[in-house]
Amino acid sequence: MDFLTLLQLLDATIRLATPLLLACLAGLFSERAGIFDIGLEGKMLAAAFTAAAVASLTGSVWVGFLAGIFASLLLSALHGLASITFRGNQLISGVAINFLASGLTVLIAQSLFAQGGRTPSLSGDARFNPIQWPGALARMREIMQAGPFQQFYSELISGHTIIVYLAVLTVPASWWLLYRTRFGLRLRAVGENPAAVDTAGISVVGLRFAAVGICGVLCGIAGAYLSTGLQAGFVKDMTAGRGYIALAALIFAKWRPWYALYACLLFGFLQAIALRGDVIESVLGFRIQVQLLDVLPYILTVIILAGFVGKAIPPRAGGEPYVKER
Amino acid sequence: MQKMPQWADVVLIPLISLLLAAILSGLVILAIGEDPINALKIMVEGSMGSKYAWGYTLYYATNFIFTGLAVAVAFHARMFNIGGEGQATLGGLGVALCCLYLPWPHWSLALLGAIIASAAFGALWALIPAYLQAKRGSHIVITTIMFNFIAAALLNYMLVSVLKPAGSMEPATPKFPDTTHLPNFSEMLAPLGIEFSRGAPANVSFLVALVACVFVWALIWRTRLGYEIRAFGHSESAAKYAGISPTKIILVSMTISGALAGMMALNNVMGEAERLVLNATEGAGFIGIAVALMGRSHPFGILLAALLFGVLYQGGAILSQDTTIPVQLVLVIQALVILFTGALDNMVRVPLEKLFLAINKGRKTAPKAAE
Repeated sequence: MDFLTLLQLLDATIRLATPLLLACLAGLFSERAGIFDIGLEGKMLAAAFTAAAVASLTGSVWVGFLAGIFASLLLSALHGLASITFRGNQLISGVAINFLASGLTVLIAQSLFAQGGRTPSLSGDARFNPIQWPGALARMREIMQAGPFQQFYSELISGHTIIVYLAVLTVPASWWLLYRTRFGLRLRAVGENPAAVDTAGISVVGLRFAAVGICGVLCGIAGAYLSTGLQAGFVKDMTAGRGYIALAALIFAKWRPWYALYACLLFGFLQAIALRGDVIESVLGFRIQVQLLDVLPYILTVIILAGFVGKAIPPRAGGEPYVKER
Repeated sequence: MQKMPQWADVVLIPLISLLLAAILSGLVILAIGEDPINALKIMVEGSMGSKYAWGYTLYYATNFIFTGLAVAVAFHARMFNIGGEGQATLGGLGVALCCLYLPWPHWSLALLGAIIASAAFGALWALIPAYLQAKRGSHIVITTIMFNFIAAALLNYMLVSVLKPAGSMEPATPKFPDTTHLPNFSEMLAPLGIEFSRGAPANVSFLVALVACVFVWALIWRTRLGYEIRAFGHSESAAKYAGISPTKIILVSMTISGALAGMMALNNVMGEAERLVLNATEGAGFIGIAVALMGRSHPFGILLAALLFGVLYQGGAILSQDTTIPVQLVLVIQALVILFTGALDNMVRVPLEKLFLAINKGRKTAPKAAE
């Protein structure tokens, strides 16, 4: 494998890790506040569809982007209503949201566009286009002839959509919000011991809704990126289990932002090499079953969860509705 | 004090939840520009209007009885088994291996063998997450979700690389031998002189499903083990205090749950397809969640809920043929049922409890006022 192939692989890793990272941080906020969310998948899917549909109808990707976030927020509100207001089972609510998104997106897509549950292909301003950094080479032929540093700069650093850069910035931002602000401290506290937060006179319900809201926004960005950045349009069930991989990455990262970045890059890398069977074969000298690469994130998560490699301890009040004492 | 009579808890709340789900589904149909009343007519006609339609409805219902029971048994031990899909996938693998590699002289023996194989494979796939929950403290929901994906990949690998006949392009096993053919309803009812549609896939495994219902009822409410499972589900600490081992209950209840989910393969793999294909379960493992919630984890309730979902699935399929409404409408209805009977249960329950309290109060105070 030459240097350029490696760069291409890493380039694909970054693109594939972006939706995972955004969804993973979304789950991080929600679960750190004590609300389990297995509906990440559904929220991403709803956002992916809405963003693509609105972008295709208006011709503007930014309008689509906002619409996608709005759709994801609606489902977040539903999750909040079920699990915070009515103290229902958070896991069941998440399952319902996943099915709701999976069904509604196809239903609405079919009724709007009549193309078998997909949106029309997006092009031009209706999707996020790569940003060329100053001095970066755009043509493959030029890149191939350039020096290693220029190759690195042009292939890996430059040429991503704005959402990719935004996702990378979200990591320090999340860290700062969670560990360096009063809001973050309270949010983490409400996931560990909501009664203590309540005693201090801070609204548990308010904090948890805020966390679920942040989760909705981040899932919305992740979904919008899928259909308007990574691909050009929505297709049925296009999230393809990414919400669950993000959940796995969250456990892998033990509910911490920087580790979430590493976990998502690892899982993104696994997805990237799964697409390049030829590279694996030339490096290792034998074939690896694609299916094995596909499930490696899940297997690694099971091993981590089982505590065989370090222990992953979830927020203590996770999954339990808070009942004020009477 | 009981806040409301039991009939309200068992019948009224599920009915109200169902009604809410139905109204919202109607609005969805209206929103995409179709006529909900007409859609309902087509669905009812398509799922119950003929023997052929019933043959499909009961076929789907059989799947959902198995997966619904699986989720319910785990619910009784307060565990959420989302892994029915993966366990049913593994059950299918068990049925395929059993039918393809063992020489069966008659279908009845093959059915017994397949019951053991599917239950064992499904149980194994539930046992690993159960062990990890009981011994290593990993959350059963997350592990069973992960195991669904691992099962799908495993099936993919087995079909593409191991079980696919040489020269075939399609990732599927060869057709099972004729001696493993399960009689369908038309073959079962012919000796009784009753005619039934020949093309419909409902088969003898429906009866196995009914037996499974009775088995689960007896297990949960008539045995010591069932008592322990329920006690553990109500309060883990109280169960521990009473000398019930949490490890044992988690392992045993999940094993039974996985076995039931695995046995779904009797119907869809052995009874209908008669070979194993990719994605053979078609989401039936997840429908089990809706069925168990609606059936209030009671086998009789599950039977009714499974029939309802059978009607929905068959009706939805016909609806997508006859109108422009895609079959995914069923997913939406399923989601709404899970939402209202599961997550938003308190939204229906709390006002109803208040209502009953108010009525009871009125009754108690009324005679005093008369004196």
